[in-house]
Amino acid sequence: MFELYRPGSSFLHGMRPGAKLLALAGCGTAIFLLPGLPAICAVLLAVLGIYAATGLGLAAAWAQLRPVLVIFAILFAAQVWISGWLTGAFFIARFAALLMLAGLLTLTTRVSDMVAAMERGFQVLRPIGLNPSKISLALALALRFIPVLAQITGEVREAQKVRGLDRSIIAIAIPVIVRTLRMSDAIADAIEARGYNPDRP
Amino acid sequence: MTTAGTAIRFDSVSHAFGEKPVLRDISLTLAERRIAIVGANGSGKSTFARMINGLLLPDQGRVTVAGLDTARDGKAVRQRVGFVFQNPDNQIVFPIVEEDIAFGMKNLRLKKPEIETKTDEMLRRYGLEGHRSHPAHLLSGGQKQLLAISGVLVMEPDVIVFDEPTTLLDLRNKIRVAEAIEALGQTAIVVTHDLDLVADFDRAIVFDDGRILADDAPSPAPKRYVEAMSGV
Repeated sequence: MFELYRPGSSFLHGMRPGAKLLALAGCGTAIFLLPGLPAICAVLLAVLGIYAATGLGLAAAWAQLRPVLVIFAILFAAQVWISGWLTGAFFIARFAALLMLAGLLTLTTRVSDMVAAMERGFQVLRPIGLNPSKISLALALALRFIPVLAQITGEVREAQKVRGLDRSIIAIAIPVIVRTLRMSDAIADAIEARGYNPDRP
Repeated sequence: MTTAGTAIRFDSVSHAFGEKPVLRDISLTLAERRIAIVGANGSGKSTFARMINGLLLPDQGRVTVAGLDTARDGKAVRQRVGFVFQNPDNQIVFPIVEEDIAFGMKNLRLKKPEIETKTDEMLRRYGLEGHRSHPAHLLSGGQKQLLAISGVLVMEPDVIVFDEPTTLLDLRNKIRVAEAIEALGQTAIVVTHDLDLVADFDRAIVFDDGRILADDAPSPAPKRYVEAMSGV
């Protein structure tokens, strides 16, 4: 399941959220520039070392990959078919390292701290008409509602299964979309009712 | 708590969704400590409740809270009137319990130490201390509703409007939420179908087809509702 912040006192927990976000962007870019499988494997080992050193443990690292194993299997098969197993392994190792790195950020940073850091960072976008407060709130809402959307999808699938429609993408997608749109109206009301002001300085 | 300073007035308020009128020329003053709003689905009770904190504005007429017009002074009204929605999943904005409680206080620009103190107090009050750093989506239905109430209470409104707060809950959680409402120092306006929940309230207003069918103490007023629903 989608995991969020775990309290702790490791060096990563103590790092400033902005620095962690920049480090993630830098490491992510570097991973895509690394040339071969041995280098990516070294990165993977280093990332696993960080999970161990921060007290999150290897189980937390595995939890980042478990939800996407099916996608990994499909991508690996496609890459093996197109370019061979070495390329497939390289491709998957690269994505696994990236996902686990991103997991280190969410597991050691409170969403509100991340949102505040992004809000400060995005101030440079104000002159071109973008609102940093809205961008950072959108990020928080995305993290909050991923599990809620998964739950809605599960409920709709169950309801359609009773009618023998659980394999119909349309029969599942339309109710999910309708419920999501209704929910978004309600969430907008709730945010307004709790005094949110996107135009505050 | 006296509500004299936060009296809510509806003056000839009407509202329609498209061609369909949902409130028809409502005039009343709400000043009691516990007020129930009862009515069938589509009777206009939720629209009425949403107008109290300016989430909806009337097509005609005026709604004021302590003299503040919801159309003109929406922000000030929302600081005085909190709103707890039917489905807490739609009200919880941040993914972690303590972060969600802090959201409203950050919007009020409170300082960090004050936010932390009030968050601690709310977590203790509703038995959520053990869930402080937990993802909100893993809480039970009742815990989510208590979290939603906490998120509103920390903003210290004078009035809290509850829109069907127990509809999605089992009996145990209904009791917990009912106790939480009863213990509030603030004025509570509760929209509900649950007549047991409001049996001890000071006043019950029954809506039917956008009009007030009955406005009385909770014992006679819901009786009119039951009669109307059963076609007596």
